[in-house]
Amino acid sequence: MTTPVLQAQGIVKYFHEPETFAVLKNVSFEVQKGEFVSIVGKSGCGKSTLLYVLSTMDTDFEGELTLNGTTIHGKSQDELARFRGEHIGFVFQFHYLLPEFTCLQNVMIPALKLGKYSREEIQERAMEKLRLLGVAEQADKRASKLSGGQQQRVAIARALINDPTIIMGDEPTGNLDSNNSKVVFDIFRDLAHTYGQTLICVTHDQEFARATDRTIEMQDGEIISHGN
Amino acid sequence: MSFALIFQIAKTHLLSKKKQTITAMLGVTFGIGMFVLMISVMTGVNDYLTDSMLESTAHIRMYNDLESSSRLSIAEELFNAVQNMVTIAHQKPKNIKLNIRNGMQIVEALKNDPNVAGVSPQLSSQVFYNYGAVQLNGSIAGVNILDEDKLFDVTGKLKSGKLESLLATNNGIIMGAGLAKKLNAKVEDRVQVTTPFGTTMTLKIVGTFATGNGVIDNVKSYASITTVQKILQRDPGYITAISVNLHSMTDAKRFAPEFQAKYGVKSEDWETANAVILQSFVIRNLMTYVVVTTLLVVAGFGIYNIMSMTINDKMKDIAILKATGFSAGDIVAIFLVQAIVVGVLGASLGLCIGGTLAYFVSQIPVDFGEFSSMTRFPVAFHLIHYVSGILFGVGATCLAGFLPSRKAGKIDPVQIIRG
Repeated sequence: MTTPVLQAQGIVKYFHEPETFAVLKNVSFEVQKGEFVSIVGKSGCGKSTLLYVLSTMDTDFEGELTLNGTTIHGKSQDELARFRGEHIGFVFQFHYLLPEFTCLQNVMIPALKLGKYSREEIQERAMEKLRLLGVAEQADKRASKLSGGQQQRVAIARALINDPTIIMGDEPTGNLDSNNSKVVFDIFRDLAHTYGQTLICVTHDQEFARATDRTIEMQDGEIISHGN
Repeated sequence: MSFALIFQIAKTHLLSKKKQTITAMLGVTFGIGMFVLMISVMTGVNDYLTDSMLESTAHIRMYNDLESSSRLSIAEELFNAVQNMVTIAHQKPKNIKLNIRNGMQIVEALKNDPNVAGVSPQLSSQVFYNYGAVQLNGSIAGVNILDEDKLFDVTGKLKSGKLESLLATNNGIIMGAGLAKKLNAKVEDRVQVTTPFGTTMTLKIVGTFATGNGVIDNVKSYASITTVQKILQRDPGYITAISVNLHSMTDAKRFAPEFQAKYGVKSEDWETANAVILQSFVIRNLMTYVVVTTLLVVAGFGIYNIMSMTINDKMKDIAILKATGFSAGDIVAIFLVQAIVVGVLGASLGLCIGGTLAYFVSQIPVDFGEFSSMTRFPVAFHLIHYVSGILFGVGATCLAGFLPSRKAGKIDPVQIIRG
C-alpha cells in the first residue's frame, strides 16, 4: 500500500459574508503519490475553496490536513509560506506572473527564495523547465508581453521549479482557448505519467476531467463521488 | 541569498514603474524641501529679531537703584516727631547721588572675574542738544568706547566716522543717526550740550551710529567717560551704570543676585529687564514649532498616501509572492527597501531644493530705511534642520512603507486573490 501525500480529514469551512454558511461540509479524501486527480462540480460547490485550503493559502478552516506527512494546523504564516515554497506548486486560472519581471526571473524567484541551490544552478534549472514547457525562447521577455497560453506555461514552469510534492491547479485551462488548453493538459499528463508528479486540478472542463486518473465530484460542499 | 533576492525584487519594482517611483520621491522631496525652507526662514527671522533686540542689552546691568529716602528729617528727629506733632511745609527729598560707589574698583574686580566676558562702565545723563536754532532732548552716554564696542558691537552700527576718533578727539561724540538727522548735523559739526544742572559744553561729532531702534537712535550719543564727567562736573571715577556680559546669556539669572550681594549694587539680568521681549520670544518660538509640526504632519500624510497607494497597486504581486513561499517578513523587507530608497533620495533632493530656495531667499535685498542694519532677508542655515529633515523624511517614508506592507504580509494570500 502506498502512503498518501495528501490527507484531508473532515474539512469544514465557513464563509461569513454576507452571512455565515458552510462552504465545505466535512470533506475527507486522500491523494496518493503520482496520482493525477481532478475535482469537478458546479460553480459555487466549493471546489476552488477546497483547493485553496489544500494549498495552505487559506488557513481559516476546521479539520485536519496532512501534506507529505506534515500536519498543517497550528503552523505560523511564515512556516506555511516556507512549506508552500518547498512542497506546493500552484497554477492559477489567471497566470499571476509578476508583470515587471522577465519570464526567467518569474520562474527563478520561488527557487531563489527557497535557496536550495546556487543562483547559477537555479538559472540552469529554470531554463530547463521553460524548455520543457516550450517557452524557452521567451525567457528574457517581460511576463506582461506574452500571450495568454505562453503566460500559463511560464506559470506552470514556475510551479515546477522547486520540484514540489504536489502541483495544484485552479482551473489552469479555464482562461485558455481549446488549442492552448490541450497543450497545457498534455503537459500535465506528461508530468504525471513521465515524471510521477502528483497533480490536483480543479476544472470545469469535462474533457479535461475525463482524461485524468481520478475525478472527485463535489456538490454543495460535499464530495459525492471519489471516483475510484 | 534571500537578501539579494529581496533587493533584486525591490529594484525591479522601483525601476519598472519609474513614473510612480519619481512621483513618490517628489512627494517626499516637496515635503522636506518646504520644511527646510520654512524652518530656515522662520529661524532666520527669529534669530535676527532676537539678536537685534538683545544686542543692545547687557546680560547684567548694575546701577544705583534710586530710592527717595523716607527717613525722618532733622527737624522731625530733633523735636521727636513720634510723640509731638511736627509740621514741615514743602519738604523736599534729600539730594541723592546717582553714582555707583567705588564704581571703577567694581569694574576692575569684574574684569578679573572668570565668569565675566566683558565689562563696560557707563556714565549717562539727560541733556539738551543745541545746534543752531534747534534744541532737542536726549541723552549722552559716557563710555569707554572700546569696552562698549566689545559688548555691543558699536563698530557694526557706525554709519559714518570712526570709533577711534572718539579716543583721539577731545570732547568728541558719536551721535545717533536719527538725532543727527533731526539736528541736521553731520560729522565734524559741533553741537552744544546742556545738562540738567545748567552747564553747557560744545562737542564735536566724530561719527554717527544706527541700531535700528528709534528709541536709541533718536536720542542717544556716545562720548568718553571723562567728557561726560567734565560736562556734569564730576570727579574721575564717577559712573552710574556697569554693563556686564557673561560667557553665556542664560547664566545671567544665576549671576545677577550673586553680583548684587557681592558688590552691593543693584544688578538686573536681561530676562528680568526684558520680560515682555522674552515673552514674545517664547510665543514666536511656539509659533515656529506649530508651523513646522503642521508642515511635517502634512508632508508625512502625503508620503504615507503615496506609499500605501504604491503598495495597494502591488497587492496581487504580494499574494503571488506569498503563494510561492515568501513570508510576511520578506514582503515587508521588499517594500521597506523601496521605501528607504525613495525616502533617502527624495529627502536628499528635498534638502538640496530647500537649501537652494533658502539661499535665494537670503539673497533678497531688503531695505527698512537707513536706521536698519538689515540688508538681506535673514535666513538661518543650521545643520540640525537638515539632519532632522532627512531623518523625518526617511522615517516617515519607512513607516509609510512598513505599515501597509505588514498588513498585506499578514493576510492569507487567497484573500487577496479572491478579491
